Amino acid sequence: MNAEAVQRAVQRISHEVLERARAQGAVEKLAFVGIRRGGVPLAERIRAEIAKVTGAPPPLGTLDIALYRDDLASRGATPVVGPTDVRFPLEGRTIVLADDVLYTGRTIRAALSELVDFGRPRQVWLAVLVDRGGRELPITADFAGVRLDVAEGDDVQVRWRENGAAEDSVVVLEGRKP
Amino acid sequence: MIGRHRHLIALEDLSREEILQVLDLAVSMKEVLSRPVKKVPSLRGKNVVNLFFETSTRTRSSFEIAAKVLSADALNWTAAQSSTTKGETLLDTAKNLEAMRPDILVVRHSASGAPQFLAQHVKCSVVSAGDGAHEHPSQGLLDCYTLRERFGSLEGRTVAIVGDISHSRVARSDLHSLPKLGAKVRLCGPPTMIPQGVERLGATVHHDLRTAVDGADAVIMLRIQHERIGDPLIPNTREYSKYWGLNAKKAAEWLKPEAVILHPGPINRGVELSSDVADGPRSVILDQVQNGVAVRMAILYLLAGGAGEDRAEKVPA
Amino acid sequence: MSNDSGVIVIQGGRVLDPASGVDGIRTVVLRDGKVAAVAERAEAPAGARIVDARGKWVTPGFIDLHVHLREPGQEYKENVATGTRAAVAGGFTAVCAMPNTVPANDNTSVTELMLARATAAGLARVYPVGAVTKGRKGEELAEYGELKAAGCVALSDDGSPVMSSAMMRRALEYSRAFGLPVAVHEEDLHLVGKGVMNEGPVATRMGLKGAPAQAEDVMVLRDISLLELTGGRLHLCHVSTAGSVRALREARRRGLPVTAEVTPHHLALTDEDVARSNYDPDFKMNPPLRSSEDVKALREGLADGTIDAIATDHAPHAPEEKRLEFDAAMNGVLGLETAFPVCLDLVRQGVLTERRLVEALTIGAARCFGLPGGTLAVGAPADVAVLDPSLSWVVDPMKGFSKSRNTPWKGRTLTGRCTHAFVGGRLVHEEGAAR
Repeated sequence: MNAEAVQRAVQRISHEVLERARAQGAVEKLAFVGIRRGGVPLAERIRAEIAKVTGAPPPLGTLDIALYRDDLASRGATPVVGPTDVRFPLEGRTIVLADDVLYTGRTIRAALSELVDFGRPRQVWLAVLVDRGGRELPITADFAGVRLDVAEGDDVQVRWRENGAAEDSVVVLEGRKP
Repeated sequence: MIGRHRHLIALEDLSREEILQVLDLAVSMKEVLSRPVKKVPSLRGKNVVNLFFETSTRTRSSFEIAAKVLSADALNWTAAQSSTTKGETLLDTAKNLEAMRPDILVVRHSASGAPQFLAQHVKCSVVSAGDGAHEHPSQGLLDCYTLRERFGSLEGRTVAIVGDISHSRVARSDLHSLPKLGAKVRLCGPPTMIPQGVERLGATVHHDLRTAVDGADAVIMLRIQHERIGDPLIPNTREYSKYWGLNAKKAAEWLKPEAVILHPGPINRGVELSSDVADGPRSVILDQVQNGVAVRMAILYLLAGGAGEDRAEKVPA
Repeated sequence: MSNDSGVIVIQGGRVLDPASGVDGIRTVVLRDGKVAAVAERAEAPAGARIVDARGKWVTPGFIDLHVHLREPGQEYKENVATGTRAAVAGGFTAVCAMPNTVPANDNTSVTELMLARATAAGLARVYPVGAVTKGRKGEELAEYGELKAAGCVALSDDGSPVMSSAMMRRALEYSRAFGLPVAVHEEDLHLVGKGVMNEGPVATRMGLKGAPAQAEDVMVLRDISLLELTGGRLHLCHVSTAGSVRALREARRRGLPVTAEVTPHHLALTDEDVARSNYDPDFKMNPPLRSSEDVKALREGLADGTIDAIATDHAPHAPEEKRLEFDAAMNGVLGLETAFPVCLDLVRQGVLTERRLVEALTIGAARCFGLPGGTLAVGAPADVAVLDPSLSWVVDPMKGFSKSRNTPWKGRTLTGRCTHAFVGGRLVHEEGAAR
């Protein structure tokens, strides 16, 4: 995917989020939480798109899931734990959780565990830019920019301008064949 | 740090990068402590055993809270003093505990080198919570954290440590960490409390409090014990307080306006620190306590991770 | 002490001031409590008091580093007033008062009392010496900061040694924080045991238990060695042995900060004099009179500057404490009023030069404890002694200024006497004046 395609996908997701929220009367209660690092630009952009329509940007938070990972014993500790910043109350909110790539589902599981430690939202929707299949847990994206079918050893990377890339793109790096 | 070390026994063993790793991680840990639900599941199912041969409510509680916030199970074991008193030897106690499969042993002992000795005989990780007059690594790290939080960076800062340096493991841990982060350390106390050759650890020695704190960014006051029978280093605490204690008047006249005051606790109010200074605007003593939990969380987290190798691979999402 | 507003002119005397290098006939003018001029010729302003010093010496007032004034607590033997009166009669315008008072001077109150008494007496200046350990018991450090702030110029447990090496080590270390020298009374009590005089052939002949010279030497060597570890300043009180002098010389050569004093009686008398006295306790003191070899070494040590100063260790005791059998008598002899003539005799014997004698009694002593005075330089305090080196007199203890009488010089004819003494420009002693 090139930058144009990424932006179109973001806009489409934003539109779908807004529609569903309107249908439930939950527009006022929207809030965005981006999973570091790849989910944060997605959350910011969807939020900005929604703000163009509603006039007021919904609250935004960021979540680092390092402390909630389930694979500490086998992988060892990650020395770098990024900042988590969720400053608004979650009660009654419709949280749109955003990540760049949905794969095994373990990151989302960790994010959900962490999120509920901050409070009890009314509901949580999952928005991802790329759904590449390969789920190991029963997790589904409510909104996906694109669905890709790639091999198990391949690596799908989303490069965001906000995170330092020259321009937005989605690339697939072919790995070893299993 | 992780990767190289299975234990945390002495800051002398840590490089600057390793110290910074712990401090950076502690920032995130401190954020967890500010949440409504102060718990993360990272160390769920892990056992942290506090093996304390010296009484200490504050350090032990700090490690206990740190373990619990990380969802580890914490067990406190307060043992009789030394191997020579009736009861088990240090090694026997540890071996017995090890049979119950702890992941981390946090040890405090009055004999310098005891954690090192234990580390050679047990399979789990050993964290020193203070050994004799040798080191108190988590205290040194939380002092670094507190100062870095206050000043942004320790590069070029001057820190004065005042008190019974000869018996202080806190002073030694500070000496092994602060200069690595770029700070200059001054030691101050009566000549009887300054150990031989301490300049070689990278500090300048002062016997006059005023010159020691002149221009310093931080002053770490150590607790003075007059209870050393058999080798009295000072005539009494009254004279110590007059010449090396810090009160509001001296603080106002001798310290830079931005200088901060630290103390590892417990404070002997009226001896090394007057109450109005301990509770005053320059004091960051309570910050030290809060930061202590965060720093200990970082230490436990880094040591508890399985194989303990640093991996830079991308995490599958 | 108030300063005298009058002017004093001392004419015709030989001014001997080793500190400023003056030795010759000069006129000395004292004004407003200070030395105003030392010149070959000087105008005497109207109303000035003239002192005729022809045939006499004019020196800085002597400084005695080691005196027992016995106040507070033992005023029956001596007190600050009588002790300082005896001092100025001997030419001493300043004395250092030892802390073995009752209670010991290990605190501000006793120091302040001594100073208050000295001010009231208005005679010799008193510089208190504080104790090294609480109660002089050798177990805990005294409060050196307090003592210094109250006015002590040095620390000593004199009368007692600091037996514990660990304690001595801490004392030297802690003294550094306050810049106070530690003045040590050196004797290993275990070696001394019940000894009452110098161990040797004389003691054997007399059948008295002796304390060997090594009882002093081992402690001197110990403390010099500790000095290397601790830093600080060490001062050896009343050195009495050849071994001490040797150790001192070696330490000096290595640049260690150690000074020393010697008493007139140790320079003039030997253990043979104890025998000759026929068991007279006025010859009993601690450290005891030693062998002639020791005395020879002391004299050489003083002459060549290894020993810095002469100090009397003036130790008054009441008759009921001295007029006993030798074993039972207390240690100590007077010294303030006889020091000058006894030491002058050494000059006559060619042991010392006149200059060295005066130096050891003035600036040599001042330097040991960092005291002011000891010089007649212009601007210095007007502490002056006028001495007649040829005046002979018979020592009559009943006529001395001290309350006590225990002197080995009783009945002897000594030559040399202080005729005038000035402290801060005030005349505090005049020979022949009504008492």
